[in-house]
Amino acid sequence: MEWGGVVGYGLFLLIYGGIYAISALGLNVQWGYTGLFNIGVGGFFLVGAYTSAIMTKGPDFSHLGGFGQPFIVGVLAGGVLAALLALLIGIPTLRLRGDYLAIATIGIAETLRLIVTNEQWLTAGVWGIGGIPKPLFSTFGSAYNAFYAVLVLAAMVLVYFAIERGIRSPWGRVLKAIREDEAVAQAVGKDVFRFKLQALVLGAFFMGVAGALFAHFVGYISPEAFEPMNATFLVWVMLIVGGSGNSKGAILGAFIVWVIWSGTEFVAAALPPALGPRAHALRIVLIGLLLMVMLLVRPQGVLGEERQVSKLLRQESGSRQASAGG
Amino acid sequence: MAQLILYGLIYGGIISLGAIGLTLIARILRFSHFAHGDMMALGAYLALLFRVTLGLPMWAAAIIAVVSTAVAAIAIDRLFYKPLRRTGPTILLIASVGVALVLRHVIQFFWGAAPQVYQRGVERPWIVWGLRIRPVQAWILVMAVLLVVGVWLFLQKTKTGKAMRAMADNMDLAAVSGIDTERMIVWTWVLGASLAAAAGIMLGLDTQLRPAMGWLMLLPLFAAAILGGLGNPYGAIAGGMIIALAQELSTLVFNTAYKPAVSFVLMVLLLLLRPQGLFGGKA
Repeated sequence: MEWGGVVGYGLFLLIYGGIYAISALGLNVQWGYTGLFNIGVGGFFLVGAYTSAIMTKGPDFSHLGGFGQPFIVGVLAGGVLAALLALLIGIPTLRLRGDYLAIATIGIAETLRLIVTNEQWLTAGVWGIGGIPKPLFSTFGSAYNAFYAVLVLAAMVLVYFAIERGIRSPWGRVLKAIREDEAVAQAVGKDVFRFKLQALVLGAFFMGVAGALFAHFVGYISPEAFEPMNATFLVWVMLIVGGSGNSKGAILGAFIVWVIWSGTEFVAAALPPALGPRAHALRIVLIGLLLMVMLLVRPQGVLGEERQVSKLLRQESGSRQASAGG
Repeated sequence: MAQLILYGLIYGGIISLGAIGLTLIARILRFSHFAHGDMMALGAYLALLFRVTLGLPMWAAAIIAVVSTAVAAIAIDRLFYKPLRRTGPTILLIASVGVALVLRHVIQFFWGAAPQVYQRGVERPWIVWGLRIRPVQAWILVMAVLLVVGVWLFLQKTKTGKAMRAMADNMDLAAVSGIDTERMIVWTWVLGASLAAAAGIMLGLDTQLRPAMGWLMLLPLFAAAILGGLGNPYGAIAGGMIIALAQELSTLVFNTAYKPAVSFVLMVLLLLLRPQGLFGGKA
């Protein structure tokens, strides 16, 4: 590969890795910290992508549109709508056993895919929505991908710090308490349902933002882009590989798994075309096996969960150590 | 309308057979088995292998496929689920999603993504009391009824079946009364996977085989199991019938494309109004 190719691939890695990392950070709030099963990540991602595309485009008779809002409004609207959807799913399911949430999130993701495929007036169906505006495209021209990489990474860092702040607060400690033992959290007087709902909604917001960033980068979205494999399962593998319950792990996992995923695409592309569809199936089998091996051999992920104790407790144990030493 | 009800009964038989296994696994192994739909697909494709590639008659191909699927399920359990069993149901659930994905794409690797059929050509439907039914659909209906009766006899009359129900009812009590739980888990897989394979083959006979067929069945299966009160095999049968009839009858009002969404909407409504399932009380 020549030098330009390497730079081009590097930028794609930063952009896609960054978008997936934002999704994985959202899933980490839900699953990593609170223990909520969301197997419909793709559904929230889809809502973010379509919402932002429809909000920002000029008039187009093939689907709902003509709002012509700025990029930032579209992205935020994508996040907010995904969050509202999470609220709707969370209310009937979060009081029940965890499995019900898992089933309901799969259900909503599949139903959303049916809706965007069949409601032509809204999303142009299988034709998809093209010509999604790329922010500041004319300003950056040929260096556009570099600009977008910076934009995505900035968003990722912002999300990272927002989550870290929340998770190190009393609010974050309640989430972890719920994950470890719901009954205990309930017994000390925490409204478990409300905290779970907040975690679900917050995570979904980030997934919606990730979907919107994806839509504005590729410029064209259709129902095919939101197959459960790409939009949901990959994110799960990323979080498990990186280390659930660790925001740095979510980011690391996103980049590692994306490199593996895109790397196998190069190998598949080099094979004779007759083997193409088979190679695609094999790539997914490989990712599935990666997950199974990870669960069996190193369930805590590459990084594992960070031990977080209260600042006061750390001082206390520090002084105790000092006194033991003296 | 009567025609739709007939199709609903055929489809309901298929869903019920899948949902029985799902509901037993949910109660006995204590996790939601997300690879159950793909086990259906595996059974269907194994039957295709024996039928088309090896040229066996359909009944023989079906029987061998059912047995092989049960063996595959036990192997998957030993390889992936058993080592994770101590870690709790949450990790098992994720693992089963992984297994589902691997199964579906192993199928796609060997058989390709294009739809396939057991037998080419169009069957002329019979007309019975003004209702159209293809001979193969009549077969599916008869087989589904026989299998459901068989399951009922197994659970009601045999010692293994009774032990299985006891475990589904109260795990600790069953263990205390000397039931070998590990052996029962193997039996649960044998029963669940064989019924899933049979359901998959029937689905393939009725329509066609596609690698995604199992994934698409997952929502109706779960909806049926939850409707019947998770853990209750007889409830799962009733739930399967209700879901299938609702899906078929919904086409009178809504676009056919939304059929799969019907089971989801029913399930959410139920979770809101009666989370223990329609027949949750009696177990």
